[in-house]
Amino acid sequence: MKLKLTTLALGAVMAAGPVMADLVFPSLSYRTGPYAAGGIPFADGYADYFTLLNERDGGIGGVMTKLIECETGYNTEKGVECYESTKGEGALVYQPLSTGITYQLIPKVTADNIPLHTMGYGRTSAANGEVFSNVFNYPANYWNGASGVVNYLLESNGGDLKGKKIALVYHNSAYGKEPIRTLEELSAKHGFELLALPVDHPGQEQKSQWLQIRRERPDFVTMWGWGVMNQVAIQEAANIRFPMENFIGVWWSGAEHDVMSAGDAADGYKALTFHNVGRDFPVFHHIQKYVVDTGKAAGAGDQIGTVLYNRGMYAAMLAAEAAKTAQGIHGTADINAAMMRDGMEALEINEAKMADLGMPNFGPSFNVSCENHGGPGLVGVTQWDASSKTWSLISDFKPTDGDVIGALVAEDSGAYAAENKITPNCN
Amino acid sequence: MPDQFLFATEVFINGLMAGVLYALVALGFVLIYKASGIFNYAQGVMALFAAMTLVGIMNGQVPFSHIINAVFGTEIHHFGWHVPAFLAIILTVGVMVGFAWLVQRLVMRHLVGQEPIILFMATIGLAYFLEGVSDLMWGSEIKKLDVGLPQGGSFWIEDMTAGLGSDNFYGFFIDNLDMVATVVAALLVVGLVLFSQYTKQGRAMRAVADDHQAALSVGISLNFIWVLVWSVAGFVALVAGIMWGTKSGVQFSLSLIALKALPVLMLGGFTSIPGAIVGGLIIGVGEKMFEFWIGPLVGGATENWFAYVLALLFLVFRPQGLFGEKIIERV
Repeated sequence: MKLKLTTLALGAVMAAGPVMADLVFPSLSYRTGPYAAGGIPFADGYADYFTLLNERDGGIGGVMTKLIECETGYNTEKGVECYESTKGEGALVYQPLSTGITYQLIPKVTADNIPLHTMGYGRTSAANGEVFSNVFNYPANYWNGASGVVNYLLESNGGDLKGKKIALVYHNSAYGKEPIRTLEELSAKHGFELLALPVDHPGQEQKSQWLQIRRERPDFVTMWGWGVMNQVAIQEAANIRFPMENFIGVWWSGAEHDVMSAGDAADGYKALTFHNVGRDFPVFHHIQKYVVDTGKAAGAGDQIGTVLYNRGMYAAMLAAEAAKTAQGIHGTADINAAMMRDGMEALEINEAKMADLGMPNFGPSFNVSCENHGGPGLVGVTQWDASSKTWSLISDFKPTDGDVIGALVAEDSGAYAAENKITPNCN
Repeated sequence: MPDQFLFATEVFINGLMAGVLYALVALGFVLIYKASGIFNYAQGVMALFAAMTLVGIMNGQVPFSHIINAVFGTEIHHFGWHVPAFLAIILTVGVMVGFAWLVQRLVMRHLVGQEPIILFMATIGLAYFLEGVSDLMWGSEIKKLDVGLPQGGSFWIEDMTAGLGSDNFYGFFIDNLDMVATVVAALLVVGLVLFSQYTKQGRAMRAVADDHQAALSVGISLNFIWVLVWSVAGFVALVAGIMWGTKSGVQFSLSLIALKALPVLMLGGFTSIPGAIVGGLIIGVGEKMFEFWIGPLVGGATENWFAYVLALLFLVFRPQGLFGEKIIERV
């Protein structure tokens, strides 16, 4: 009997022929805790795009994708646990959505030869691929953001910021401190005064900072916030009647939930972005048809078109395109993490490709290379309309100050290389 | 008057107002600790749960709708009505009383006579459970809370005081919401004092707080008193949730406001209602003035740690806090 069963099982396996493993994309998400309001739409967008590829296209290159979601609660220790528990599943790329987790994972992914994509967050100098072989932060990083703010203000002030005062309200953490050095350099270059105001976690109480802003009267305020800090800052700015059109947040301070609680008072508030906003793109019709209407959406389907859903979807698209590139380079659909890294390093995004994907004008065109894992750092600006409750892109995706940022990237990545005995190379 | 003096005065006044908001959170801790000796770790989450319930009721949201829809394949999210704020507050108080009853029946009743650390651990479990229930019940998105409280600086105060300094001085900024919170906190304290001094239940509560075995011997129901205390703490949590939720929207980080109450409790004492208020005011003023004078010299963000340093200093000289009952150990 046992022999018969064994023969039967073996026959079934042989009849099935070679079966390729799924392409595994872990999602280190946070659907619980104080930052869930930001984590949920991103995770939904990330998951729904891979579901769309499976349902509409039969996966990537004929291989189905598999999403493994692991809850981090935006907690660094849990994030590392998630990495350790999922990397053995054939994970192709990690996107931890947390600067704290990113810093912990950089040495781990390098040792394990798994790529890490930190889009718009993480360690900015990882843009230097000669040092950070497995870390990518295209299409834009925090220093691009800092420069993007200054460039936008230069443009709207006749190219001159001399004598102006810019206040930076920032989350008092590794994330919030990222733009300070860049802004200091830009302050010296353009002659504006920088006033840095840290806000302690979680940022529920910011009276001191906004009273200081009221006393110091900066011409502009920029913000590096996350979670409740964003909502409170926008409300406090409204309370002291700071002009909202002169208040610009980074892309993590510019979602719908950041402005909704301040109501009409938030009208005119601005935020940076590296992708488009709204749901008027063909890809969302496909997600509605193949994912939401078939009951396969990660969430309730009500987040489509929100800023962070779009960002999650965009992150998934970039991962999928890198996987396609890797399949092309290595001539196999069944890629592993090392091949995925090669695909990310050779990624090319152009408008024709974006239009084919149902995302015309959704994000900037860019190429990734070994020397540059950060892309071109093109940054746009969005503005909130409280009456229609919508964000609008009010500028093109424009270049940032490559001279200042390039020097800082070289300095910081050089220090990291020396500290970790890494010989920069692009072989 | 010199502008710097006026700015310092403005910071002082705002520190007092911030202190009142901290005291509102601390009051809930004091009530439960005083009556039962339990440090209720779940107090911050109770404020979150109360505020979420209030918004949910006001917006006509169907509780547990995600679960209901997933199980029955329906698409129900709202009842389609909006409940006026006042009625919603009353209904939320009812929910908090129900919660207090459940806590008593399912948790505390089984732990009578246990070590304080066991009771403390139970409230940690309660906090995580309640946070999860809040998520399942009302969802985790940020909700706008509008019960009609005014927000923004008071124009009248600004205009009245603008002439006190030079052109660089705009007049005092005082948030309307903070002024309302101050009035509400004052009413709350007066109400709690009157309740505990002049009502039968209040006196019974104090008797249990003094000696629960002696209170039991004269026929006071410990179960009833604990439900009563948790209900009052739930009401205080609702008030704190309304004030903080109006500022930032109702969201999960609301539970972290408990962190602001800890130094207040250390300073004011765990057993004194006036201590919570005075402690809140000292912490509020202390941290704001320190940030104003010393903050710029050390890079700012001094408020969180300064509050704890101040509380620790008090602990060194007066471990029971300013108004706490004196600790007497007999050997």
